[in-house]
Amino acid sequence: MGWISAGAVNYIGERLTVAPADIYGVATFYALFSTTPRDPKVVHVCDDIACIGAGAEEICAQLETSGVTWQRSPCLGLCDRAPAALVIAAGESPSATALAPADAAAIWDEVGSNSIEPHPATTHVGGSEQRLLSRIGRVDPESLDDYRAHGGFAALQRAFELGPDKTIAEIADAKLLGRGGAAFPAAQKMQAVAAAPARPHYLVCNADESEPGTFKDRALMEDDPFALIEAMTIAAFATGCEHAYVYVRGEYPLAAQRLEGAIAQARAAGLLGNLEIELRRGAGAYICGEETALFNSIEGKRGEPRNKPPFPAQAGLFGKPTLINNVETLVNLLPILIEGGATYARVGTAQSTGTRLFSLSGAIAAPGVYEVAHGTTLRALIELAGGVAQGRRLQAILLGGAAGMLLAPQALDLPLTFEDARAAGATLGSGVVMLFDESADLEAIVRRIARFFRDESCGQCVPCRIGTVRQEEALARRDFSLLGEIAGVMRDASICGLGQTASSVVESARANLGLFAERPA
Amino acid sequence: MSAEKLALTIDGIEVTVAAGATILDAVTQAGIETPTLCFLQSLTPVNACRVCVVELEGARVLVPACARRAEAGMKINTNSERVRHSRKMVLEFLASTVDISTAPALQEYCAEYGAQPQRYGPKPATVAQPVKIDNALYVRDYAKCILCYKCVEACGTDAQNTFAIAVAGRGFDARISTEYDVPLPDSACVYCGNCIGVCPTGALMFSSEYELRASNQWNETEQKQTDTICSYCGVGCTLTLHVQENEIVKVTSPIENAVTSGHLCIKGRFGFSYVQNRPEEGDDVSA
Repeated sequence: MGWISAGAVNYIGERLTVAPADIYGVATFYALFSTTPRDPKVVHVCDDIACIGAGAEEICAQLETSGVTWQRSPCLGLCDRAPAALVIAAGESPSATALAPADAAAIWDEVGSNSIEPHPATTHVGGSEQRLLSRIGRVDPESLDDYRAHGGFAALQRAFELGPDKTIAEIADAKLLGRGGAAFPAAQKMQAVAAAPARPHYLVCNADESEPGTFKDRALMEDDPFALIEAMTIAAFATGCEHAYVYVRGEYPLAAQRLEGAIAQARAAGLLGNLEIELRRGAGAYICGEETALFNSIEGKRGEPRNKPPFPAQAGLFGKPTLINNVETLVNLLPILIEGGATYARVGTAQSTGTRLFSLSGAIAAPGVYEVAHGTTLRALIELAGGVAQGRRLQAILLGGAAGMLLAPQALDLPLTFEDARAAGATLGSGVVMLFDESADLEAIVRRIARFFRDESCGQCVPCRIGTVRQEEALARRDFSLLGEIAGVMRDASICGLGQTASSVVESARANLGLFAERPA
Repeated sequence: MSAEKLALTIDGIEVTVAAGATILDAVTQAGIETPTLCFLQSLTPVNACRVCVVELEGARVLVPACARRAEAGMKINTNSERVRHSRKMVLEFLASTVDISTAPALQEYCAEYGAQPQRYGPKPATVAQPVKIDNALYVRDYAKCILCYKCVEACGTDAQNTFAIAVAGRGFDARISTEYDVPLPDSACVYCGNCIGVCPTGALMFSSEYELRASNQWNETEQKQTDTICSYCGVGCTLTLHVQENEIVKVTSPIENAVTSGHLCIKGRFGFSYVQNRPEEGDDVSA
């Protein structure tokens, strides 16, 4: 138990009428699956960029001699409480327990215990403009009644009054841009799906939040899960979706549990109408946050991205018109409907309307999820979280995640908007703001990010499959002359955004921080 | 494809193609050669190798010519600095990772684009591994595999519908595999050899060819190719017999053949030894 045997592959194959070779191909794709025998209980220790600065290596060293079954993990989305570990137990009643901050003793206790209750999450929540976060900490995330008592399902009611077309019109008036990284106008996607003649239409919520340093969607799902369910119901209503999926990363057990509960309660109360919402869990693959890889994953395939076009609105999940949005984008539908699109658009800047969630971690006084209006500067955001921890000198900021950029402290006056970030050659990405103080080994951070991309490349296309390896090798042997050329082909010729951004941090570290400089010949 | 026509520009040349045609079709029609590795006309494009990328005006990134449908008004550049750089890098990446000694097309592309695979340090990661010999008909040398997915497609819905192999693992560790890497005789393989027929690098090879190469007797320039019709059943597949020193050393089928599209079955592909089961002196052949 705890691993996938040859017998299990054959059994799955018979049940699904899929060839064993294909099932093996899927089983070997996901990092949380094992096709070799192992203990039912496995400790996943995060050794990603926030956690290595908080003692992850010491935990790994202690576990090495402890006899515990453990493995290294990319970011677990618990950066606010680094270092983090996740204990996953297989069996008749499977469980998963997040430990953060973790230490070897706590991990040892957890492995020895039989508790199946995930530890409650406590996220530091703040910000100057709390709209998406307004209920967090005040509402009981497991009670539909409490959600309704806090204004829940009023936005859905409003959508029903408006009808589908006017609902989309409000979202267009709000000028909502997607929060998943690509900043695509949300209403435009919805119109395309609503107008697509093929049926059925699918709605997919991308809750595969795996960008290192990101945990804001986790906070929303864990602490206000009904908000996402309400927002999905609105999106499905507006675009004529008969069936919806929410794809939660496998490393988020509490989020999955709370959403399951919220879906069940909302369905029982008749709030979903005819809409079927299914929860699907990832199994350890960053690439499944790429929308077409996510479709393949839901379809039971390897999480390999598809070439675009066709775009999801034309041919997405199961080849049908699909609206896919990230958690934060969807949750924005609630204030838009309650206050109206035009009013919503008054917050933020003309081009970047509304608020934005940022995950602050690393060398920051009060790590957590912060919500600010677009246009707030990076400096003001960091000050909301108490500034650099222990008053140390700031060395660099990771903005946007592993697919984002490293910035020098001179960039602190950057207004946080899509347009200002773009003009500065940066990206807000998934809203990561990770600080590194003067004690951080930035080259080691960049090398860890390079390893992350090598580990997480799906392997489908040559530029990314081999380019991520060659990039990591060039950094390791300090041959920096090749980095620019490797970055060029990955950015230009990779199938998807993973390969296209796999060199962003490396390139930004060179351009903005002067790291990995080529020595004059 | 419909009768509708659309016009686009390739390197400044106006080309008209039928709706549904790919950029590769249009580029070929314009008389421009494009390197391809994972593309084959008889298989669904997977656009994984990225060696056919071209620059589409207005697009943020390069697009794969093999899979992208042509659209009216597209302006395509097949020879820009970005295109040449990406193609060269893809070729360097492959040649520094994979044994390309039996992949003549890949070698030619490397020469054409000036690929320098030795640039990646003294010990770049490779896919070097022992050759798999687990049956009498063909060998699998995955040290030569560029992961073009063609064999998986030919084994699957594009030709054989056997599904004996798939891509397993992830990233640089991704590889073609049976379930749990079991030997072919324990897998679903039916030995149609269609995977060999589509392999662009010689990673999949007739045992007869493999053995001749191993003993340094493989001599392609001396080989004669003769087309015939398979004698086993009534389908009428065209066979191309590759003959060296009056011995059949390999059997293929022309990809443009309407009956086979290049695909055969175990009998047509491997069942040729009876042809050369010549009577030896003293045998009684009167019966």
